[in-house]
Amino acid sequence: MSMTNQHKTEWRAVAARVAGVLVLLVGVLLVAGLCMATPVDNPVPSIFDPHSTPAESIRQHSYFVLAITGLIFLVVVTLLAYAVIKFRDKPLTAGREPAQVYGSTQIELAWTIVPVMIVLVLFLATARVIHAIEDARKPATAVEVTAIGHQFWWEFRYPALGIVTANELHVPVSDPAHPTPTFLELLSADTDHSFWVPQLAGKTDLIPNRVNHTWIDPHQTGVYLGQCAQYCGTQHAKMLLRVSVDTPEEFDAWVRAQKQPANQDDKEIAGRRVFETTACLNCHAIGGTNGTGRFGPDLTHLMSRSTIASGAAENTTENLRLWIQNPDAIKPGSLMPAMKLSDEDLDALVRYLETLR
Amino acid sequence: MSSDVMAIQTAEGAAGRPWVQTLHEWVTTVDHKRLGILYILYALLFLALAGAEAMIMRIQLMYPRNGFVSPQVFNRIFTMHGTTMVFFVGIPVLFGFANYLVPLMIGARDMAFPRLNAFSFWLTAFGGFLLYFSFLGGSGLYGAGSAPDVGWWAYAPLTSRAFSPGHSSDYWTIALLVAGFGSIGTAINIIATILSMRCPGMKLSRMPLFAWLNLVVSGMVLIAITPLSAAQIMLCVDRYLGGHFFDTQAGGSATLWMHFFWIFGHPEVYILIIPAFAVLSEVIPVFSRKPMFGYPVMVGATIAIGFISMSVWAHHMFSIGMSSYGNTFFVLTTMAIAVPTGIKIFNWIGTMWGGRIILKTPMLFCIGFLFNFLIAGLTGIMLGSAAFNWQLTGSYFVVAHFHYTLSGSFLFGIFAAFYYWYPKITGRMLGERLGKLHFWLFFIGFHVCFDLMHIPGVLGMPRRIYTYESGRGWDTLNLLVSIGAFIQGIATLIFVANLIFSYFKGAKAGNDPWDAWTLEWSVSSPPPPYNFAVIPTVASRRPLWDLKHPEDPDSRYE
Repeated sequence: MSMTNQHKTEWRAVAARVAGVLVLLVGVLLVAGLCMATPVDNPVPSIFDPHSTPAESIRQHSYFVLAITGLIFLVVVTLLAYAVIKFRDKPLTAGREPAQVYGSTQIELAWTIVPVMIVLVLFLATARVIHAIEDARKPATAVEVTAIGHQFWWEFRYPALGIVTANELHVPVSDPAHPTPTFLELLSADTDHSFWVPQLAGKTDLIPNRVNHTWIDPHQTGVYLGQCAQYCGTQHAKMLLRVSVDTPEEFDAWVRAQKQPANQDDKEIAGRRVFETTACLNCHAIGGTNGTGRFGPDLTHLMSRSTIASGAAENTTENLRLWIQNPDAIKPGSLMPAMKLSDEDLDALVRYLETLR
Repeated sequence: MSSDVMAIQTAEGAAGRPWVQTLHEWVTTVDHKRLGILYILYALLFLALAGAEAMIMRIQLMYPRNGFVSPQVFNRIFTMHGTTMVFFVGIPVLFGFANYLVPLMIGARDMAFPRLNAFSFWLTAFGGFLLYFSFLGGSGLYGAGSAPDVGWWAYAPLTSRAFSPGHSSDYWTIALLVAGFGSIGTAINIIATILSMRCPGMKLSRMPLFAWLNLVVSGMVLIAITPLSAAQIMLCVDRYLGGHFFDTQAGGSATLWMHFFWIFGHPEVYILIIPAFAVLSEVIPVFSRKPMFGYPVMVGATIAIGFISMSVWAHHMFSIGMSSYGNTFFVLTTMAIAVPTGIKIFNWIGTMWGGRIILKTPMLFCIGFLFNFLIAGLTGIMLGSAAFNWQLTGSYFVVAHFHYTLSGSFLFGIFAAFYYWYPKITGRMLGERLGKLHFWLFFIGFHVCFDLMHIPGVLGMPRRIYTYESGRGWDTLNLLVSIGAFIQGIATLIFVANLIFSYFKGAKAGNDPWDAWTLEWSVSSPPPPYNFAVIPTVASRRPLWDLKHPEDPDSRYE
């Protein structure tokens, strides 16, 4: 017996209401999640919210793949549901065996040929995007960065500009009319890592004894979040990434500041002495001091970064102090040792570090 | 001469014997049925352990910056969870059912090499116990006992002495090496048994699909396990004998390990899923009251999957910086394997089509499998498209994908096998009401957990992280995912309760409770130690159908 028109209208109203409630619920959950964010321009690193050419190409391609797979899903689920409902055992047919059908060559051919064609189309579409991204030529205007993965932080070097920094990458925004993409060479000092900033590009691994390459071409200024995407040891989870896409002026200003020698403010000579006479300088480099260590991040312009410990904590006085005295409180299992300084030395050292703009 | 042959065990006779004697019989058994049961019980034990590990992870990930476990513990837990599920739940349970059923289905009295059978089981069992001993004995540099924490793929150079001091990763290496030899032994046994011990009249083209698919799986095991064993020996050489195969600090290659591992690792996942296909190919026809649609195509498609699966391995390595030509080749092979896999799904639906579908628990799990495996295959296509893969791999999207294939498909197939063959193995039916409750609860929990899990992945959440930052849109989703995991845990406990309760109180099953058509249903439940008093002769793929329908036998149409 089919549903009366009144039943149908009722069902439609109920369905609409349910759909509305669901949308509202998802929206509330998402906004609630966002409200808890620290103020960052792009708090949700979604692959469907790209702001850079390679990530945009991937999203475009993904829509095509999703459309095809979505269609396949609908067709097969409909067939499955229909079969289960239509051919389920009912009291009328109980005990009688249905027609014993062994197969059908035509049907087998049909559902072989169609999938083969779908596979061919998907393959060709994918091949095109792979080539566009992987084999992109580096233009002369590109900014060159060498990224070296460490357990559990990122070293960034700009060889042409003579800059060394850590964990927070600055790149200029790229105008589609006059592109200034950033091309990264990816190396590793120890184990495998992976550079993943979803809104800027797909991920590429950093593998020791191997040189990999990736590039980003960001079209919108702002800070983008990412993190290491290949398990690299105890603190893989807190090997975070921040990419600051700057206006050309902001980028030039940043470069100039990074190229400055370290601040030699004699007011904090006590703190500098602590740095130079303890094990700090074995791992860390600060321009103009004896510290030339490369095991840990370069601290010459430490205060130009908004976070420390590769994004694990905000760059504040309390956190700096805590990180030096008890790194396990912030990032247990990181390779920063607890320095066991006296309070006096520790305060002097932190005051000195805070002059390193 | 084994006591199994001498005395026909009856429940009354067994009650009077000392338990030490029973234990001795089970430990020294070479009977394929008892070894099958041992494999299955072993797998259930490790399912409980690995399931507990999953719950620990999900509790830790319920909230951002949670402190339920330290990163060191979490990293050991995710390594052990993956390793246990693949090697000490998946492989044992599939070999358990194969061991029990293949000789019965082909009209044989036992496997070709009964003592090799026992030896292989005990090798696998020892491997699992050795791996778990690492919690006590695997001390690292800082003195505390610890299990391996290098992930179930144990990528180099994380496993080198420099980055894994102590012995924790050696437990991973040796346990799996030994268990691997056990798998190879069983595979040899299954192949030899199927090729040489089929009863009269059972040409290969009349063999049940369950046997065919286990034949293909055994061939794949022989080819796929050996690269892993080789790599593990090479790793031992690196760690203790001055080798540098994977030691990047001395010029070795991290990607070499990846190739060796994934040439094993990809066929391995097909080795896991094809036995689930085998279960479906037995259960769906019986519960649709029709023969398998397209039997020869099903065989051919499985063989095709077996071959093609050897050529797709680097789709696990799309992000390591292979050339565009390398990436493109593996996209092609990965997409290609979707064709025979899809054909199998269509053939199962074709079997149901026009049938009379009995919606009892074994069939419910098969229908759940079809729905879940379809989705798993489609997210697999997304992952197989290298460019899309660069955003999806290494994230919770791929974790959701492979749990769809494992929890949602492999495990559903195994549950169907339990509900279908438990009556044959124990002589009693599993409770149908509890079974349906298990199914629905598990289905709902599975979908809450793993549907939602795709979303943090596309919102940028990587995998293998013990905690995450708040405010990235991942918080609520992770909480809901954890709730789904807990629901699945409860459903599994209901299943175990059903297994235990039905053993004592289940309805008596008789020879053939499902009105089925293959040879195992022609003997008593449980079968006598010698399986068949008289070796049967068959004339078609469904010998019991021919007996029950002499007016319309299959042998007239094949």
